[in-house]
Amino acid sequence: QQEGLDDGPDFLSEEDRGPRAVNVDLEMDATLQVDISDALSERDKVKFTVHTKSTLPNFKQNEFSVVRQHEEFIWLHDSFVENEDYAGYIIPPAPPRPDFDASREKLQKLGEGEGSMTKEEFTKMKQELEAEYLAIFKKTVAMHEVFLCRVAAHPILRKDLNFHVFLEYNQDLSVRGKNKKEKLEDFFKNVVKSADGVLVAGVKDVDDFFEHEKTFLLEYHNRVKDASAKCDRMIRSHKNASDDMNRIASSLYTLGTQDSTDLFFFLKLTVSILVFVLKKIEARVAADEDLKLADLLKYYLRESQAAKDLLYRRSRGLVDYENANKALDKARAKNRDVLQAETNQQLCCHKFEKISESAKQELIDFKTRRVAAFRKNLVELAELELKHAKGNLQLLQSCVGVLKGNT
Amino acid sequence: MADTARDPPPDRTDFHEVEDGEDLFPEPSAETPESQPASLSAVDISTNANGPKQDSFFDDDNEDLFAEATEEVSLDSPERDVLLSDGPSPAITPITPPTSVITPRIGHTHDDMFTHSSFDEIEEEESGDSFDIHISVSDPEKIGDGMNAYMAYKVTTKTSMSLFKQRDFAVKRRFSDFLGLHSKLASKYLHIGYIVPPAPEKSIVGMTKVKVGKEDQSSNEFVEKRRSALERYLMRTVKHPILLKDPDVLQFLESTELPRAVNTQALSSAGILRMVNKAADAVNKMTIKMNESDAWFEEKQQHFENLDLQLKKLHASVESLVCHRKELSVNTAQFAKSAAMLGNSEDHTALSRALSQLAEVEEKIDQLHQDQANADLYLFSELLGDYVRLIGAVKGVFDHRMKTWQKWQDSQMLLQKKREAEAKLQFTNKPDKLQQAKDEIKELEGKVQQGERDFEQISKTIRKEVSRFEKERVKDFKMIIVKYLESLVQTQQQLIKYWEAFLPEAKAIS
Repeated sequence: QQEGLDDGPDFLSEEDRGPRAVNVDLEMDATLQVDISDALSERDKVKFTVHTKSTLPNFKQNEFSVVRQHEEFIWLHDSFVENEDYAGYIIPPAPPRPDFDASREKLQKLGEGEGSMTKEEFTKMKQELEAEYLAIFKKTVAMHEVFLCRVAAHPILRKDLNFHVFLEYNQDLSVRGKNKKEKLEDFFKNVVKSADGVLVAGVKDVDDFFEHEKTFLLEYHNRVKDASAKCDRMIRSHKNASDDMNRIASSLYTLGTQDSTDLFFFLKLTVSILVFVLKKIEARVAADEDLKLADLLKYYLRESQAAKDLLYRRSRGLVDYENANKALDKARAKNRDVLQAETNQQLCCHKFEKISESAKQELIDFKTRRVAAFRKNLVELAELELKHAKGNLQLLQSCVGVLKGNT
Repeated sequence: MADTARDPPPDRTDFHEVEDGEDLFPEPSAETPESQPASLSAVDISTNANGPKQDSFFDDDNEDLFAEATEEVSLDSPERDVLLSDGPSPAITPITPPTSVITPRIGHTHDDMFTHSSFDEIEEEESGDSFDIHISVSDPEKIGDGMNAYMAYKVTTKTSMSLFKQRDFAVKRRFSDFLGLHSKLASKYLHIGYIVPPAPEKSIVGMTKVKVGKEDQSSNEFVEKRRSALERYLMRTVKHPILLKDPDVLQFLESTELPRAVNTQALSSAGILRMVNKAADAVNKMTIKMNESDAWFEEKQQHFENLDLQLKKLHASVESLVCHRKELSVNTAQFAKSAAMLGNSEDHTALSRALSQLAEVEEKIDQLHQDQANADLYLFSELLGDYVRLIGAVKGVFDHRMKTWQKWQDSQMLLQKKREAEAKLQFTNKPDKLQQAKDEIKELEGKVQQGERDFEQISKTIRKEVSRFEKERVKDFKMIIVKYLESLVQTQQQLIKYWEAFLPEAKAIS
């Protein structure tokens, strides 16, 4: 993965971010590199081309590509979650479903309303909506790529057989989406899990590290959720304001072009400058914040949930272990089913310790990743804002100069 | 009955050229007597002239106005009270000579970059003093209680123009006084083609809140909005070279006591009558089919129709933007708080500090937008609203021209009929009826001539007015756009400061 952004020669244009800007700071590893080299958006699905470069002996070739759809990513993620061997790891959060509905609806409405607006307006709106569509598309590709990269970077998960099949098997995995029954089952499972989670969370942990992590993660997760929601709302307001700006710009443009006499030359100039400024400066700030802050917060909302899930599994394991201990004591006291109780207790103990061991490292890694990702994004946000502000300032000063010089 | 000495010569173009070349301003020692050749009569600035005896003062060229209505009017003369009528009667110049002679000075009023028509140059130069007047509306004060309460505003005028008694003076006025002033001006000038700036709109909801005594942000905003609108209204009115010299305007600005303007209540019977009349007018307008022989007017009318639509659209978008900006401000503040909370819960110290800093930056940016960009956007929105209403006045003036044309055509048709009737009477033996018919015809001929003159006059006036209006419009919009851009410059400079301060904090995370 590339760490920095591509800087285009025109500092005012949107950098081509490509699907490589990510919210995680992962180390490059030559033995297994995964990326999404291409993506195709069809009517109701997106087809991702997953490209792998590997020196590992597990694969038949050193470089290969397959085409995958969103459901197959989810299948892979779920298989990790359901695998008890991975109970002690933070499972990289699943990428969100590609959602073009809103954008598609807007495009459709535009098409229907084509007769009611001027050709210019129509072309302009179409361009905007297409840009929006493209932005959503790029984001969904990035989210899917991040998921795969996280798996590839994880020392244990990268060895997962399902993962290899996902990467290599060049046919459809025949993974269908969950049917209604399964979705309902999932829903109930989640309800049970959260109830259980509450119970289990109440159990005080002997280990200070984990106790601290539990409290911290709970609060952090809630605050990230709040910040993410407020950030989204702020961005929506910004988008509304920038839509207004665009509408104003096009009205001004029409107004300016109506006045054709010399008398209005300078008004036309003024208006054209204003139109340009409005579109370039006022309308684009939302894009920066959207890309940086909102994505970052959303991603860490999901990651902190995954970390919470890990802690839950560990606590569950602890409770099971303690219960097994109690059962063993009871069995020993009654001298009945002692062997069974012993085996069970050993199993629980082993499971719990395994989880605890890896969990500690996972949580430390999580913190490192989180801090690094925030740093990267905050620095980039500040640099981007500065770059644009400086560019805007230059532009505005020369505009004002032109206008005042002509008075 | 028109004063024939003041009839404009038939060939207008000659007249213009003559005006251009003439030394228009006699030195004080060489006051030109009244007896001038007809071609120069309109340019004459005779200070001893009797008031013209025509019924409609404004049949003559505007230059007369400058000469007569203002310099001659001694501001202390009792005759002035004659002018201060409430009704639609046209202004009548006094008969007595003024006690002091005011020397007209050539002054160049506007620093226009555009070429003016010759008319405008003359207008500016003839106005005497250079245009130097500044009006401010301030200190809104609630007078009275309950539903009879009202807001009184202080109207301060600062000027060096000889038109006024003092250089710096103030009076107290209430909103209905402004409406009354507009109503008088409209009834005097609209029907002859002058674009009278419309007064700010009434607002029952807004005023009721103030009356009831609700002291919250929205009612304060309302008062401020109104105050600003009243100020712009007065400035726009006095910028009009003719309206500035109107005695009603002068009285409004200067006299301490003003007779209560009646019939300005929103829901009065007079108000309703006005609405009915307006509706009737609208219907009439639709039935007038005017043969537009002048392409200029056709083009301009279309132009204003388009402008009207565009400005309304723009106004709606800008108002929407102002609303969304307010929303954005609220949401940014909320996000800032949330980011601060997140920073607090983050256990990595450097990151925690950076997040708190981010929260602060967002808050400051929000404040920045509120203070600077939003304020100018708000002004832009108000200006657009003013112009939407102004265009309404412009369209009204065009309508009046149509009505004037209609009147002229009607008299012409009537004349035709009478002539036909007279021709028929020739063959009957009814000498008195014949004489009566001849008399009627004579009278109608006069009316037809008058109608034609009225029509030409209003057309001429409108051309000038439109030209002036367009110049003002360009100036206004340009000024506000430049102001907006300048405030954006400041915003960007501040943004740079904030982000530059934040960057090292972000980099310090390790």
